[in-house]
Formats: sequence, C-alpha cells, structure tokens
Amino acid sequence: MSFINYSSREINCKIVYYGPGLCGKTTNLHYIYNKTSPQAKGKMISLATETERTLFFDFLPLQLGEIRGFKTRFHLYTVPGQVFYDASRKLILKGVDGIVFVADSQRARMEANEESIFNLADNLKEQCYDIAKIPMVLQYNKRDLPMAAPAEELTRRLNTRQWPEFMATATNGFGVFDTLKEIAKLVLQELKKGTR
Amino acid sequence: MSSQMVMYDEEFRHIETVCERLARDSVARAVFLIDKNGQLIVAAGQSANFDTTSLASLVAGEIAATGGLAQLMGEREFSTLFHEGDRDNLHISVVASRAILVVIFDKRTSLGLVRLRVKKGAEELETIFQALVERTAKEGAQTPFAELTDEDIDNLFSV
Ligand SMILES: Nc1nc2c(ncn2[C@@H]2O[C@H](COP(=O)(O)OP(=O)(O)OP(=O)(O)O)[C@@H](O)[C@H]2O)c(=O)[nH]1
Ligand SMILES: [Mg+2]
Repeated sequence: MSFINYSSREINCKIVYYGPGLCGKTTNLHYIYNKTSPQAKGKMISLATETERTLFFDFLPLQLGEIRGFKTRFHLYTVPGQVFYDASRKLILKGVDGIVFVADSQRARMEANEESIFNLADNLKEQCYDIAKIPMVLQYNKRDLPMAAPAEELTRRLNTRQWPEFMATATNGFGVFDTLKEIAKLVLQELKKGTR
Repeated sequence: MSSQMVMYDEEFRHIETVCERLARDSVARAVFLIDKNGQLIVAAGQSANFDTTSLASLVAGEIAATGGLAQLMGEREFSTLFHEGDRDNLHISVVASRAILVVIFDKRTSLGLVRLRVKKGAEELETIFQALVERTAKEGAQTPFAELTDEDIDNLFSV
C-alpha cells in the first residue's frame, strides 16, 4: 500500500522480491545497496539464519530523486524462499505495491520456480490481491551458470501473463538495476491511476 | 486491492501535535507513529537520536509476526508489546487498526504513566484516522504525476 504524504511531499512504495530458496533475492538487494550512493540509501537490515538464509526478511530503504516535487522512497523487501517459511512470506506481502519475481535459471530449479509462483498467487489472493493485476516483473537470475535453461524455456514455463522479463546475474549486477527500474516504473504508473 | 494511504497537511499536523504531547506528558525520550507496512508517519521527542527508518521496518515486522501468532491462537490481535532494556524501554501498540504507536522511555518515567498517556493519545489518533479515511474516500487520492515518462524514472536513479 503506497503512502502519499501531501504534508511532507513524499511518496512511499513497497516492493517485494519473491522467489524460491537460493534464487538470489538477497544478492539483488546487496548489489543495489553496494551500488547506491550513501545519501540515497538507508541501512540494510537482514534477518537471517547463521548460514545466511533469509529467516524473516531483508529490508533496504531507497530515497530516490523527486518526481513533480515529491520525494520518492522505495522500501525493498525480500521474503525467505524456503518452503517452510510460508507464514513469514504472507506477512511480508502485506501492503505490497510491486513484486519482483526472481527465478533461478538452473534447469534443476524449474519446478521450484513454478511452485513459488503458485505460492505467490495463493498468498496474494489470501490478501485480496490478484497476481494478474499487481505490478510485477520476472527476473531470470544466474544466467552465468552453464546449467541455465534457455530464456525461451523459462518464458514458456513461468511467464504465463506476459510480465516484463529480465535476464540477470545478481552476483555481478547484470540486470539488477534494469529489473528495479522496471518495477519502480510499473508501481508509479499504477499510482497514477489513483485510489481504487 | 487495498487502497493507498494518503496524508494531508491538516491531519498530519494534528497527528504531530498528538504525538508531541504524548512524548511530553509521558516524559518519553521519543514517540513514533508508523504505518503497519513499516513506513514512518510522524516522529516526536528526541527522535533524531534514532535510526527511524530501520526502527519503523523492524517494529512493523514484529507487529506483523505478533499478529500471525495471535491468529494461530484464535486471538483477534495482541495489541500491545513491551520490551524492557537496561537503559531504554519500548512500548508498542496498534492504533486505529492501521498504525503503530511506539514510545521509547527510560527511568525518568514509569510504564504506568506511559500506558495511561498512550491510551489517551490512541483515542485521539483514532478520531483523526477516521476523519482521514472519510476524507480520502470523498476526495479520492489524486496522484501528483498524471503523466509519467521513462525519463522521470531514469532521473530517479541518477542520484
Ligand atoms: N552463480 C551465481 N550465483 C548466484 C547468483 N545470484 C545469487 N547467487 C548465489 O546463490 C546463493 C543464494 O543467494 P541468496 O541471494 O542468498 O538467495 P535467496 O534467494 O535470498 O535465498 P533465501 O534467503 O533462502 O530465500 C548465494 O551463494 C549467491 O552468491 C548468480 O546470478 N549467479
Ligand atoms: Mg535471502
């Protein structure tokens, strides 16, 4: 749920990175954090296990430039991808404005990707969101791996609704900002429509 | 889909006044009002001493997790949380179903006084939020950028 503050002239939006375990959600946020100038970012918070798996969420606040005199802030969250953390995923989705679905390009992870998209649709539905209507982009991550499936195969298996899609290698940053820019654009365009 | 939250000048000032009064009357170090999604609405008292953005997101996460626990146990909500530290204490409560009031206080005051003042403040905030909901429903949320260009988006990321 975006928050427009006419008093302080600020707009806040919440973007959630979703996807199966180990697909690279946290790595996306780390890259964004490392490449953003200090005045445009806040502290990154990671609630993780000792083995660096996300336990509850990662959080990265970005204060980007202005649009028509309004400061825009994006709050980026990741969910824990491991199947058994579903209760936490539902909580993080509350009030979401846009979703980056990070898929793991490795063939062996294709079913995990599909399951995660279904899980996303279910969890959104529980909160009266419709996966067909909410701003969303797909990111096919880990393009650097030799076991990566061809893009066409990922599109066919995962992109059932013509979402914008991006190739990425989050570890070196390839595709990371393209993905973020597109979701930011879709979210702001949705805002343009005003209250539903 | 849930409607977006809109804050207007008048209600904002009003909320600010309530939070500042609460900070003063309860002798708290700081008072924060946070939207349930983790966005800071108002900070009062010595708020400059705190990383408010991190605080807001963690408190919202905690309230969300507590809400999940409440559901599991068949409770409607656990509406207050209290954390006691060596130096500072945190009193966290849900107000008007959609916001979270956080009071940070130390030994100069007592939990009893904080509780009492929070109760009063929460009632006032409830009224303001009610008015806000009605106003938003009536006026609708006009967006400040009717025509958004690709260039606008690129500029956002050039900072
Ligand atoms: N080769 C390669 N490895 C990657 C890429 N992106 C992430 N990884 C690695 O994959 C592992 C998991 O990455 P994370 O970002 O922690 O995955 P996650 O999606 O946050 O996982 P959960 O928190 O369990 O849901 C790490 O070892 C990363 O370095 C990529 O593009 N290429
Ligand atoms: Mg993670």
